[in-house]
Amino acid sequence: MYTQALNSSDGDDRGVEDVARASQFQARIDADERIEPNDWMPAAYRKTLTRQISQHAHSEIVGMLPEGNWITRAPSLRRKAALLAKVQDECGHGLYLYAAAETLGTSREELVDAMLSGKAKYSSIFNYPTLTWADIGTIGWLVDGAAIMNQIPLCRCSYGPYARAMIRVCKEESFHQRQGFEIMVTLCRGTAEQKAMAQNALDRWWWPVLMMFGPPDQVSQHSDTSTKWKIKRFSNDELRQKFIDATVPQAEFLGLTIPDPGMKQNENGNWVHSPIDWDEFKQVLAGNGPCNRDRLAARRKAHEEGAWVREAAMAYAEKRKSRQLAQAAE
Amino acid sequence: MTSSKWMQVDQMAVANIEVSETPLVLYALRRADDALILGHRLSEWCGHAPAMEEDMALANMGLDLLGQARELYTYAAKVEGRGNDEDKFAYLRDVRQYRNLLLVEQPNGDFARTMVRQFFYAAFADLYWRAMMASSDPTFAAIAAKSEKESAYHLRHSSEWIVRLGDGTEESHRRAQNAIDDLWAYTGEMFAVDDGERGLIDAGIAIDPATLKSRWLKTITGIVDEATLALPKSDWMQQGGRVGSHSEHLGHLLSELQSLQRTFPGATW
Repeated sequence: MYTQALNSSDGDDRGVEDVARASQFQARIDADERIEPNDWMPAAYRKTLTRQISQHAHSEIVGMLPEGNWITRAPSLRRKAALLAKVQDECGHGLYLYAAAETLGTSREELVDAMLSGKAKYSSIFNYPTLTWADIGTIGWLVDGAAIMNQIPLCRCSYGPYARAMIRVCKEESFHQRQGFEIMVTLCRGTAEQKAMAQNALDRWWWPVLMMFGPPDQVSQHSDTSTKWKIKRFSNDELRQKFIDATVPQAEFLGLTIPDPGMKQNENGNWVHSPIDWDEFKQVLAGNGPCNRDRLAARRKAHEEGAWVREAAMAYAEKRKSRQLAQAAE
Repeated sequence: MTSSKWMQVDQMAVANIEVSETPLVLYALRRADDALILGHRLSEWCGHAPAMEEDMALANMGLDLLGQARELYTYAAKVEGRGNDEDKFAYLRDVRQYRNLLLVEQPNGDFARTMVRQFFYAAFADLYWRAMMASSDPTFAAIAAKSEKESAYHLRHSSEWIVRLGDGTEESHRRAQNAIDDLWAYTGEMFAVDDGERGLIDAGIAIDPATLKSRWLKTITGIVDEATLALPKSDWMQQGGRVGSHSEHLGHLLSELQSLQRTFPGATW
């Protein structure tokens, strides 16, 4: 297989780790060199990145569902085309990221199966429902906005294929973010009903979006090693703070109220949010968010109902190959 | 229309628009409706396709068709000259005012049905837009030049799937054959012409679709043969879409498509 072939010369890196190699590896990271698929890497680095990149890919694919929910109901042809193109971009990101994950030695099929079985995680934000058109604006504005905050530092991630994927993904995400904000501007300048729709969407999405940055720094499991390996360059709380500080003036511009009456600006100019309900986050991660079951069911249904199509394509490719061989033998 | 009647329309902005269906406006609207409704159907797949690559491809084709629809509606609005626009045509006409082919409004069904529908339509659209590049109407000629390239890809993509499905497994063969049998009766409408269109054909604005039929059939037959499938013997063809006599499916599609515009009259999105 493609992924094994890439690493065939260095297949021993999953066993006992060579201390000298590990320190060489760290030296390369410290010198800001990029690690490439054929390079030696510690098994834990491989595992961490496989988990992170595949979760990212799953998030793109599952993330097609809440927005896809509005493609057929988009309120103008321009919005319809933009939304369809956006959701298509997300699919493209998913494919691109699965390809990046495959360079680490796990096939897309295995990764997708882990998601369908519920074993692998995807971003908890996609377990919330899109109830009105304003949710489409809010997702672009805030969810894509938060994703960009997370992903821009990943453009400098130590693993080459992931970093390169992120450069392309970030370009498209910032376009999506502007589109989302523009939807919000239109709603906020529209009728009273539209403005209320926009405020209601912000009320529902604000806290889940803050949770997208992950648990607070004191309890984050992966941050230390990820930082050492330059997979992660800013802590969860740092990124969350950057996001809030960037978003507050945007909400003001829209004339919307952030649903955190206790939020205050400190002496450094940072907006300090009220405590986040981490129990809700844990519940959603545990599968108890409002849409966890629906999202997985939709992905499984597409996968199962598409099985006969994929089988047909394989069967046809086999038939064609054997016909070509038979012809060549004549 | 008197000013009092305009006021009435304005107050009940959810009401359907009125359209002056001169032959040229109607001609543009019919093609725009084909593209919108088929594009909408393809967009229903988004996130639910049999493979991620196919999600990309279906969205691609849907986007091409949406783009064609927007250009054609915009042209219809310009020719009509009474203040309608692409969104009014799409969102504020009811089933009886829609002018698309019955073929394109047929539900997606399984992947085989979606691809057979695409194949029948694209094999026609490919020939049609190529011929329309010679239209004496410069707007149609320009729209045709762009649409022809897109349709050629749609035809190639759907043809490849017809062959894979037909010559794939027993199950895929059965599903593809069922789709052909069920959708065949909706293909005749593509070649029909009414008096208004006859005038446009005589003026060199439109082309006579009847002249495309033998080439269309040749393309279809070639692929269907290669796919080890068969075309139905029946030559009974359903018609009515061009004059607003649709299947029951279109009303449901429109109630979804138009829901926001109908719920919040007059809002800007």
